[in-house]
Amino acid sequence: MFGRLVYESFRRQKRRKLLAGIAITLGVGVATAMLAVATDIGNKISRELRTYGANLIVTPQEDTLDVQIGGVDLKPPSDGAYLNEADLPKIKGMFWRNNIVGFAPMLPISVRVNSDAKNFTLLGTYFSKRLTLGKEDFVTGVRITHPWWKVQGAWPDDNSSDVLLGESLAAKLGRKAGDDIEIAAQTHHIAGILSTGGAEDNQIIAPLALTQQILGKPGAVRRVYVSALTKPEDAFARRDPQTLRGAEYDRWYCSPYAASIAFQLQEAIPHSHAEQIRQIAQNEGTVLSRIKGLMLLVTLAALFASALAVSAAMATAIFERRAEVGLMKALGAGSLSVAALFFAEALLLALIGGALGFTGGALLAHQIGRSIFDSQITIEPVLFPVILAIAVIVTFAGSAMAIRRAVKFDPVYALRGEA
Amino acid sequence: MFLRMLMRAATLRRGRAASALLAMVVAAAVATAMLNLYVDVQAKLRKEFRNYGANVVVIGKDGQALPADALPKVDSALAGHGLAVPFAYIVARTSDGQSVVVSGTNLDQVRKLDSWWSVTAWPNTSQDALLGTRAAAVVSPQGKPFDLSFQGHTIHLNPAGTLRTGASEDSLIYLSLTDFENWTGVQPSTIEIAFSGSSEEIAALIQMLSQTLPTTDVRPIRQIMEAEARVLGKTRATLAAAAILIIATAALCVLSTLIGWVFDRRRDFAIMKALGASEGLITGFFAAEAAALGAVGAIGGFGIGVGVAAWIGRVNFHAPVVPRFNILPAVFVGSIAVALISAVLPIFLLRRVQPAMILRGE
Repeated sequence: MFGRLVYESFRRQKRRKLLAGIAITLGVGVATAMLAVATDIGNKISRELRTYGANLIVTPQEDTLDVQIGGVDLKPPSDGAYLNEADLPKIKGMFWRNNIVGFAPMLPISVRVNSDAKNFTLLGTYFSKRLTLGKEDFVTGVRITHPWWKVQGAWPDDNSSDVLLGESLAAKLGRKAGDDIEIAAQTHHIAGILSTGGAEDNQIIAPLALTQQILGKPGAVRRVYVSALTKPEDAFARRDPQTLRGAEYDRWYCSPYAASIAFQLQEAIPHSHAEQIRQIAQNEGTVLSRIKGLMLLVTLAALFASALAVSAAMATAIFERRAEVGLMKALGAGSLSVAALFFAEALLLALIGGALGFTGGALLAHQIGRSIFDSQITIEPVLFPVILAIAVIVTFAGSAMAIRRAVKFDPVYALRGEA
Repeated sequence: MFLRMLMRAATLRRGRAASALLAMVVAAAVATAMLNLYVDVQAKLRKEFRNYGANVVVIGKDGQALPADALPKVDSALAGHGLAVPFAYIVARTSDGQSVVVSGTNLDQVRKLDSWWSVTAWPNTSQDALLGTRAAAVVSPQGKPFDLSFQGHTIHLNPAGTLRTGASEDSLIYLSLTDFENWTGVQPSTIEIAFSGSSEEIAALIQMLSQTLPTTDVRPIRQIMEAEARVLGKTRATLAAAAILIIATAALCVLSTLIGWVFDRRRDFAIMKALGASEGLITGFFAAEAAALGAVGAIGGFGIGVGVAAWIGRVNFHAPVVPRFNILPAVFVGSIAVALISAVLPIFLLRRVQPAMILRGE
């Protein structure tokens, strides 16, 4: 009998059920989409923050002081220690290899250009070099670690002997993309003009292999810039790994803090010293936590608004059915069975609307991820029961007041049509 | 008569009118909070981004010193919307003949500009120096006072603290500008500027500085500016998407409540019609009622929404979000429009029904 009542109520009052159902579906959809975006925004923004460039730097352990002013190196070229280029692919073999977005080795040397008396800095690096470690292939270089570098013309190939000319230097020497330039008594083709807004505007940038050949030290690298996805630093991250024991050390080692990734870089590359570039690494955490906090609060607002919409729709739907309640009560139904009928209906609506809303919300989140971040926003399947539970609770809460009032209403007035 | 009808409609059946008004207020509040946040978040985040330090740099052309009036000119161009810090550089020799770069600057301002510097102790007296960790290992491994010479002039310095940044600053020694100038006679060659503003404002500043200081190169630091613009753009886009969804949900809430409210009063509608009121008058009556509700709800909601936005600002950014009164018209018009739609929609549905049917209770 009870089941039939619910069934008939759904069959006969399609319009009213549809209105409440739409409200629940939309409310749940918005809540799902916002929850999905809020849970994933950290990863997305963290990836966007990588446009600030490398956050870690690896230098030789026995390095001498940098002596440079305004990007011009004043150190004698023979001075100082080097890292070995052959060790670099090991970076992709570390524990946190999937967090390494890219790395770029740098080898600045001083060269003569066009038999000019003055020395210029030639910077050897990877542009977009394909490397292999084991069976895995990956591409890395300044185009990934220094995304603000802009080239007019073409990027040189890493295996060629073409070079890039810094913007200011090009203006000074009167060269443009496509011209030739004589570097260390060899003629090289200028593939493009580089603009960075930094010291590189006054330098010549060349493939690493060519620079090593000019320097006469195959495999030499002065420093390596590493761009890694990291977790914001907290008190635990600042602990010295030497003082940590057992499980604590494992936890520190297995968290993607900038400090622990630097520690692992040092292990991966022999005779190296790795350090976080504090300007980038420290600020990343603050910006990230602000944006995450903002989205969390906005998500709360979204949940609140959808809860309200669902409650309002349910309240309206029940309020319209006072006459029915009157009839049921006049026929001898107790308050309990009337309330049970309404709650059963609300439950059914919440489950159907919740399931539909979850699907719609997932699509919406997917669309937001695609159009704003050019990447997927994945929805954890764990969210499904959570969302359904929230939908049922909100629907019940929204209906409770209206049901209480409907049940309390005197059947005589209801039947006479006075509300 | 019309006014009296409106008044009576609002005071009789207070419960239903109150719940419709509540829905209106909440929706307007949520819309206000989201719009306010959306407008203000850019300024709030910009402030966070300025922790990344300078975004514009002024350098003397071909390594020359800057003109003596450069810093005051930059300061007046900034007009309080940023920080300008001068830097002078030379290569000095240690007592055992090693080269080391020494920089003279305004240390108090550097502390504000480069907040990520990890410094053990800032120098505060004359002859105190701040040593980069790598420079410290070379010039003063045990933290003892040391001598530096430049073009025959020698200075005796005390290491006050060490500096760690992970970048080129680690190889430098920093002095106060007065000590530096007394010792070397070299003037600053670089001014680093942290300017808070949109990319257009920064471009305008660069343009202006290039004109007032023709012997210098004024350059944006692209690394900082481009990444900032990107992250800011994505955050704002996400927030906009969230705002649209939330406002749509709130509007839906108002719509369903108000439609229910008007439907509920179909007997009023029928009686008016039976008594000979024209359809235009009835529609006008319900529309006026809805518009009044929308207006009252919008004003109340705006006040609450501004409060919510201020609270979010305080919790998340530790600074309240400034109320933007220019979004009030949008909230006002939007509220009235939603209220009108939800009042007129049921009227059109009811128009086809005979008043007798409604009055009979069908």
